[in-house]
Amino acid sequence: MWAFILKRLLVALGVALTISVLSFSLLQISGDLAIAIGGPEATAEQVEQIRQEFGLDRPLIQQFGAWLWNAAQFDFGRSYYYQSSVMELVAERLPVTLTLGFLSLAIAICVSIPLGVAAALKRGSWIDRVAMAIAVTGQAMPNFWFGLTLIIVFAVNLQWFPAAGSESWKGYVLPAIALGYYATPAMMRLTRSGMLEVLQSDYIRTARAKGLSTTSVVFKHALRNAVIPVVALAAVELGFMLGGSVVIETVFSLRGLGHLAWSAISRNDYPVVQAVVLIIALFYIVLTLLADILNAALDPRLRTR
Amino acid sequence: MSNNISTGITNTSAPLLKVTNLQVKLPVAAGTLNAVRGIDFEVQRGEMLCIVGESGCGKSMTSMALMGLLPQRANITASQLNFDGAELLSLTERQRSGLRGSRMAMIFQEPMTALNPAYTLGNQLCEVLRRHRKVSRQQAKERAIYLLGKVGISAAEERLDQYPHQLSGGLRQRIMIAMALMCEPDLIIADEPTTALDVTIQAQILRLLRDLQREFGTAIIFITHDLGVVARIADRVAVMYAGEIVETADTTTLFNAPQHPYTQGLINCIPTPGKTPPGSRLQAIPGVVPSLIGEVKGCAFRNRCSRAEERCTTAPALIQATQAHAVRCHFATSPVPSTAIPCEVLHESHQR
Repeated sequence: MWAFILKRLLVALGVALTISVLSFSLLQISGDLAIAIGGPEATAEQVEQIRQEFGLDRPLIQQFGAWLWNAAQFDFGRSYYYQSSVMELVAERLPVTLTLGFLSLAIAICVSIPLGVAAALKRGSWIDRVAMAIAVTGQAMPNFWFGLTLIIVFAVNLQWFPAAGSESWKGYVLPAIALGYYATPAMMRLTRSGMLEVLQSDYIRTARAKGLSTTSVVFKHALRNAVIPVVALAAVELGFMLGGSVVIETVFSLRGLGHLAWSAISRNDYPVVQAVVLIIALFYIVLTLLADILNAALDPRLRTR
Repeated sequence: MSNNISTGITNTSAPLLKVTNLQVKLPVAAGTLNAVRGIDFEVQRGEMLCIVGESGCGKSMTSMALMGLLPQRANITASQLNFDGAELLSLTERQRSGLRGSRMAMIFQEPMTALNPAYTLGNQLCEVLRRHRKVSRQQAKERAIYLLGKVGISAAEERLDQYPHQLSGGLRQRIMIAMALMCEPDLIIADEPTTALDVTIQAQILRLLRDLQREFGTAIIFITHDLGVVARIADRVAVMYAGEIVETADTTTLFNAPQHPYTQGLINCIPTPGKTPPGSRLQAIPGVVPSLIGEVKGCAFRNRCSRAEERCTTAPALIQATQAHAVRCHFATSPVPSTAIPCEVLHESHQR
């Protein structure tokens, strides 16, 4: 098991390094940085001065080394737009995004797995049809529209939750539902099809032949095997929710990473964009690593590979 | 009826399992599949009954019906399905699952997929005992180690922490046998347990099952399509064809004096060293098994039978040739000239 984790860790490190190269190149291909920093009114001398000040006249490999060294210490430089370091901006918004992401994932898991199991057990019944209806609407509905609907119903009409802001936990409820609903269909379908397949398998017949209770057959023997692909999917979904919740963060005026990235892109604030891209990529790497480890814990066959 | 001589086990009283007029119907797209069409048989305590027949004859359906493992859409009826005094069909699902694994256990054809890949062997072995008996974890583990030794698995204690994928097919089937024995069941149903294994492993597993059956006094219903296997291990044989039992007899009688043309045909298909000329074509029964979707009229074997005549269009009754020998054929009472190979020859040819 430890050898497996170590191997995965090395792979993850390799991926992280590759992504840092891409992230660094992003800044380089965006044009002459000195001109970008100087702004449209800067004279040629000023641009030259900026170029020297920021070390932009040095060879690329040196610039990359310096940037990577700083990035490893969580120093991504200063924002072009705000008068603060990039890391401060990120640190301020990260908790919002993390809270939203994990809450959404929790909602998605709590809905999709029980529903998927129930749909598989009672295939063709009303609960299966309800589950399918939830899946289809969840996949077909744009999540900004669903977010707005939630605001109209629960914030404007019923006034149960605030329409915007992250001051209290209440502010997270509606966006987490909106985002969680978005992640539910795929996980639910995968649980359902996984359960259907596993329930047909020989080892489930063996479990029944042993006289085990339905609970033991379904939860101990079937679900554990059916849920393995769902774990990998959940990791990807969480990565997506951490990085791609721009729309929901905007709808609910949550000041998270997605929101920061979106505004930084529109302002050509490249150091911020670069940092956000790198951080989100690192999230993906960590989550994939965690999913691999969790899968290996669930499926002993993976450990020996 | 059928007093069992060959095992030497004295039957205490009633048979362990008594099946009368068992029928299994399955709804399929084309209509109703009459998988099992009214079969009768008994299993005595401690005896090895072989049910033999080709694919689709209903032998697996019979075993699944006995275990109560058929899907709910299957329609199972019987005048009697009596297991040691209990009418299986009138039990609740809860009561039946209390019998499964505890008093009647099953070994399946595919050892490679019959074990759950996610749990250790120890977990899967102990689970069945702890489900049915009040024993501690430690006691269950000791029983598992004891039985792994019995089924010929070395280093039993370390094996308990291994996973199925770390074992070969032969070892996995030994695990399945140990698992079936965990609660000391009265009856084990073995559904083609050696079919998926290499020939050498097959012989080992057969011997093992035979030895364990004698040691623990467990009755075994052994389902197979291989008459060679039957000759080696059976006390009594039931030959199934198209959802019916066409002939039942003790093993010696069946091989020496088969009465049903289908049984005779099956036995003639087996090549015998020294008797079958080298290079000659192997015998086969012409024709195909009739479809069991919808009613089968008359004798199901008549379109493949060389002796078929007018009266075969009516269904033959089960005729008691001798006390322990029943045949479902109109010709059964008239003695048939035996074309079969003597049982001893067959025994020899398969023991090598």
